[in-house]
Amino acid sequence: MASFKPTNIPVYPKLGEKVTQDTLYWKNYKAPVQIKEFGAITNIDFSPVTPHNFAVTAFTRIHIYGPFSQEPVKTFTRFKDTAYCGRFRSDGQLLVAGCEDSVVRLFDVGGKVALRMFRGHTKAVHVTDFTSDRYQILTGSDDYTCRLWDIPNATELNVYQEHTDYIRCGITSKLNRDLFITGSYDHTLKVFDARVDKSVMSMDHGQPIESLLLYPSEGLLVSAGGRYVKVWDLLKGGQPLVSLRNHHKTVTCLALSSNGQRLLSASLDRHVKVYSTTNYKVVHNFDYAASILSLALAPDDESIVVGMTNSILSIKHRKSPEESREISGQQRRRPSYRVFVKGKNYVPKQDDYLVSKPVKQYLAKYDKQLKKFNVSKALDCALEKWIRLRNPEVPVAVIKELDRRGTLKNALAGRDEQQLSRLLSFLIGNLVDMRFAPVLVVAAEMILDIYRSILGQSPVIDRQLLRMQDLLEREIDYQKELVEVLGMLDTMFASSLPKMEVPWISSATLLPLEVAVPSKKLNFPLEGGICI
Amino acid sequence: MVEHGDIRVVHRGGSKIDFRQPVITNDSRFLLCASGECVKVFSTSTEECIHDLQGHTDLVTGVLLRPSNHLQVYSCSIDGTVRLWDFTDGILIKTYVIGCPVYSIYASANHEGVIFIVVPMLGDKRSELFQLVAVHLPQSGDQLVESRELSAVLSNVSSNPADIAFGRGGEYIASAKGLQLKVFFFKKQKSYEFSLKEDNKKGGLNTFTCVACHPKDDCIATGHGDGKIRLWRNFNHKKEYTYSTLHWHHNAVSSLCFTPEGTNLLSGGVESVLVQWRYNQESQRDFLPRLGAAITHIAVSPDGALFCTSHSDNKITIIQSCVKVSAVIQGLVKGDVQTDLIVDPRSKALVLNGKPGHLQFYSLQRDKLLYNLDIVQQEYIHELGLEQFEVVKAAFDASGTWLATVEERKQKSAELEVNLKLWAFDEQTQSFVLNTTISAPHEARITAMCFRQATDSQTTMLVSTSKDGHFKAWQLATPAHTEGPSWSCDFVGTYHGLVPECCCFSADSSLLAVSFQEVVTVWSPTSWELLTTLSQPPGAIRDLCFGRLSCSKYLLGTTAKNLLCCWNLLTCSLEWSTSMDISLLLADPLSENMAAFCCQAGCTDLFVFKPSEPRPLFSHKAVCSGTVTRAVFAPREKMLDSCEENSQWLNRSQLHFLTQYMDLMTFTTKAEDDRLMASSKQLVIDDSVAMTPFYLLLGKHRHQQQENQDPMSSLSAERTPLPQSSVAIKELLQTPAHVLPSTSFLCSMFVQSLLISVTDLRSNHSERHYPQMEKTWNSGNQQHLFQENPDDHQMICRLHLPQLRSICT
Repeated sequence: MASFKPTNIPVYPKLGEKVTQDTLYWKNYKAPVQIKEFGAITNIDFSPVTPHNFAVTAFTRIHIYGPFSQEPVKTFTRFKDTAYCGRFRSDGQLLVAGCEDSVVRLFDVGGKVALRMFRGHTKAVHVTDFTSDRYQILTGSDDYTCRLWDIPNATELNVYQEHTDYIRCGITSKLNRDLFITGSYDHTLKVFDARVDKSVMSMDHGQPIESLLLYPSEGLLVSAGGRYVKVWDLLKGGQPLVSLRNHHKTVTCLALSSNGQRLLSASLDRHVKVYSTTNYKVVHNFDYAASILSLALAPDDESIVVGMTNSILSIKHRKSPEESREISGQQRRRPSYRVFVKGKNYVPKQDDYLVSKPVKQYLAKYDKQLKKFNVSKALDCALEKWIRLRNPEVPVAVIKELDRRGTLKNALAGRDEQQLSRLLSFLIGNLVDMRFAPVLVVAAEMILDIYRSILGQSPVIDRQLLRMQDLLEREIDYQKELVEVLGMLDTMFASSLPKMEVPWISSATLLPLEVAVPSKKLNFPLEGGICI
Repeated sequence: MVEHGDIRVVHRGGSKIDFRQPVITNDSRFLLCASGECVKVFSTSTEECIHDLQGHTDLVTGVLLRPSNHLQVYSCSIDGTVRLWDFTDGILIKTYVIGCPVYSIYASANHEGVIFIVVPMLGDKRSELFQLVAVHLPQSGDQLVESRELSAVLSNVSSNPADIAFGRGGEYIASAKGLQLKVFFFKKQKSYEFSLKEDNKKGGLNTFTCVACHPKDDCIATGHGDGKIRLWRNFNHKKEYTYSTLHWHHNAVSSLCFTPEGTNLLSGGVESVLVQWRYNQESQRDFLPRLGAAITHIAVSPDGALFCTSHSDNKITIIQSCVKVSAVIQGLVKGDVQTDLIVDPRSKALVLNGKPGHLQFYSLQRDKLLYNLDIVQQEYIHELGLEQFEVVKAAFDASGTWLATVEERKQKSAELEVNLKLWAFDEQTQSFVLNTTISAPHEARITAMCFRQATDSQTTMLVSTSKDGHFKAWQLATPAHTEGPSWSCDFVGTYHGLVPECCCFSADSSLLAVSFQEVVTVWSPTSWELLTTLSQPPGAIRDLCFGRLSCSKYLLGTTAKNLLCCWNLLTCSLEWSTSMDISLLLADPLSENMAAFCCQAGCTDLFVFKPSEPRPLFSHKAVCSGTVTRAVFAPREKMLDSCEENSQWLNRSQLHFLTQYMDLMTFTTKAEDDRLMASSKQLVIDDSVAMTPFYLLLGKHRHQQQENQDPMSSLSAERTPLPQSSVAIKELLQTPAHVLPSTSFLCSMFVQSLLISVTDLRSNHSERHYPQMEKTWNSGNQQHLFQENPDDHQMICRLHLPQLRSICT
């Protein structure tokens, strides 16, 4: 006596989302730590020296967090107004920040009071940075100017008045102490050399520029503004290399992964996108709760820190190898595991008499009904809401099984308005799915046959049938278009490929070398030739 | 059948065991069932076949325990005899010659010395009319007894044995045919007839399908075509009879049986559910569902402990007290074979369609079904007229690690459903595990499928051709995101929109030949380049085959217009062709030989040839009637060493084929037959004696005896046949001792007579000895020969000494 064979639910290949090396890498972060700040977080900067603290600029304060602490290890509060752009020097000892009140302040990381105050700008300073020789400071301001300051003397070295709008981003070269680049709301980004008084290079981004990033080699420059992220080749005189448009709101921040292979961009559309720097394709995507203003990656990608407009700071730490293994093990383990396993791991001793219990076959609800030949109930079980929505392949498999048994018509017939409308809504949702269409079309035809007589009696059913009709018409148009495209592609392939190599693509005019010459004709002795 | 040299066509195992109702013996230890021309005795506990009762010369149509002696059994056959056997020892006791074909046999304990048989109506043997006759078995000591005294009991009965049954205490006999039930009372010598209307109100069929009588009560149960069971009572009155109806089955009831005490009624049908009805409480029923295939017969052991059901898939199930299946005796499933015959390279088992949706693995060596592999993996719905998935193609790769199957289901209105499944062999469970399912691999029916043969290549490749005009290559690939390797499509090829029919890889897998109607295209499977096309119009290509080993440069094809062509692939030209209507062409994987089954005038001829020369090595006329479409070369376990030209082709592998009537046949040589006979004598199965203390005592004794016998029997099995022509030996052994001359005189003559056998032995010697002997033979003088080669002389004498001993004793 064989046991009942349950309905075979086919596993369909997942369309679209694929598990790549990148998704594995970027998904290997713990659940984020969220910290509430006082206002929108405009800038995050990691200290270049261990333990890689990071400075978070939000409203009138700059908090410095340690790599694992959730409380700030240090706070700078001596700002009269909103602070901007708190950045570490390359030795991690000094921190510079601009302010809404146009004063640039320089702090010792250990102290509280500003070491130096640079006054000279007339409007809010949004950009501050140290040059690579560590003795000068670059600032950019809403008064359209950018300035260089000397730290020891606290004097202004130079003023550049080339931009015609707010300067909201700037960056200094890590390799050359005289080079720095600024981006402005006048759509241009300019490369300055401190040894001359004018910009040496100017590029047009086409949108107000929000963020700048230099590659470690400093041959390539990335700018973000509007919805665009653009990559420029500095060694070719500022030639645009790529323009990426993957966000649907303004891109606010850029970052580079530790090995320089991946570029990250954060945007007001609440997404962080990860690009491969070889082909500039999006390889991964993070979602956040609010519009993102700032983004930073710890060295070695140990953590991803994101600041948002709702003043929430989100810190994701990378899982350690043990943790990532442990998690996968835990997923297999159910909460009731211990209860479940009770008495099962008992090893029988020598004198024990073992009573074997027959293995019980667990069947799904619809299979239990199918086993009893209750076809309508089986279909009802398979069409339960959570099954229908979460895995539509189950109802489809049950419909297929009923069709195979020749009882689909019985199962579909005799339903009231509510049951029928549930069935129809399932059909509307999945009828045009390529994987399910062959099965569902049969069912849909049967439903139309069975319920033809009651058309016009129920407004609900009528509305659904009209929707289905509409859906089918659209699908037919769509298929027609696809066939047209296919035809076009075929002709293109046929004309572009050399003819001899494509005998299989289409019936291209290929003459076969036919060997049809009978060389010898030899006869089997059929009639009583050999008799052994 | 034409006797043909020393090669003959024989049936190869797997005979039907579900033809007639099986019989369980009184002690419930044996099960007897009719199987082809013999009666098989199975053990109910071990499922093993203990012995065959051989003796009938035609189909056995009934088996019946002798009511007066429960250790004896009657069997009847189409050959017109009824035989009485002792089934524990497998001895034929008596043969009663009836003189006309017997279709079924009945007996009752109350009718001593009489059996009841169904024979055709006298006069015309061809007619469809049968009668039930009583035969008085004469009491005589002879083995062969003529008993032609037939007295008719009922005329116009059905030839189906289920339609006649004895009533309580043998007082009456009930017979049903069509819409009529007849009951004959022996005491009154009177018969009553009860008729039913053709259709009932709901349109069900009222025809009788089977009859059973209650053993303790006057009640007859009848099964009907619409699935109803009627219980007839009060049938000794013409008018006042009554019947009640039980209905559970939705198709015809094929078998009914009361338990010995009459407490339960068992019924079965195509639903493959054994239903147990309580007698007089018919609303209570027990079910034993999913028995595998439609139930054809039900039998109950005399003590009521065991039930057994035989099923349409050549299976007998033994059930203990209606709850537990205790044993399953499974024969070769015979049905509509749609796959080719294939040999599993790993187990050397023959693989073909088995139960619906299964592939069966049948061991040719042991004549036993190894297992059924569930291909479709769906609950089989036992219902008539339902379109089910069927396995239509199967293929193994060279090492047996991969199995590819195609299943399809054709509905009248809907599209064809095709699934291609690939199975990997799992070492741990020693069976095939599903790896990949490709639904709708092609848009139309798959016409052929083959694996790339090369054993050393890392990638296995499968090529399938379909009616949609494409052929596809499938390859094992390891996608990054899934857990294991799975199969995916590698290449799709077409040729001028023609329909590909067959495909074949060359022996070294460097070439793929695909036939598109009249054109054979040759492709390189590595680069998928079309290398060349070959064609021999008119007539579409029917079969394609590459030569093996030294003939691997040849490609053979048969066309629908009666042509066998052989192309040389080095020159790309036709090497030879001949006009034959070949229904099947296949290559022996272990040698260069090819076999062609050629259909001519209603029967099939076989030709075996090498592709290099268009001359048959062997031909056999009229192998069987009808066309042969499935055949296979199965490798032998042990190579034969026949040197004769016409039997050499059977040395490495054996050719099996399926006839039109799905009989599995094979070719055997004479030497093989002899060896089989010798080995079967050695085989003593001692399952029949119970383990009593007496047995232990006796068994020990007998065991010793057997050990003593063993060296003798093994010798006789090995020994070379005596030179039959030797007159001297005959004379020496057959003349009485007192008239013989003196031994010293006879000795030299006797030794010389043995020496002559050197000429026969010559062929058995190895090649090394052969020229030496030939040389000396030419010198003409025998004495001289043996003086020169004293070693040979000694050897021959030693060879014959055991024979001598055995002859003399």
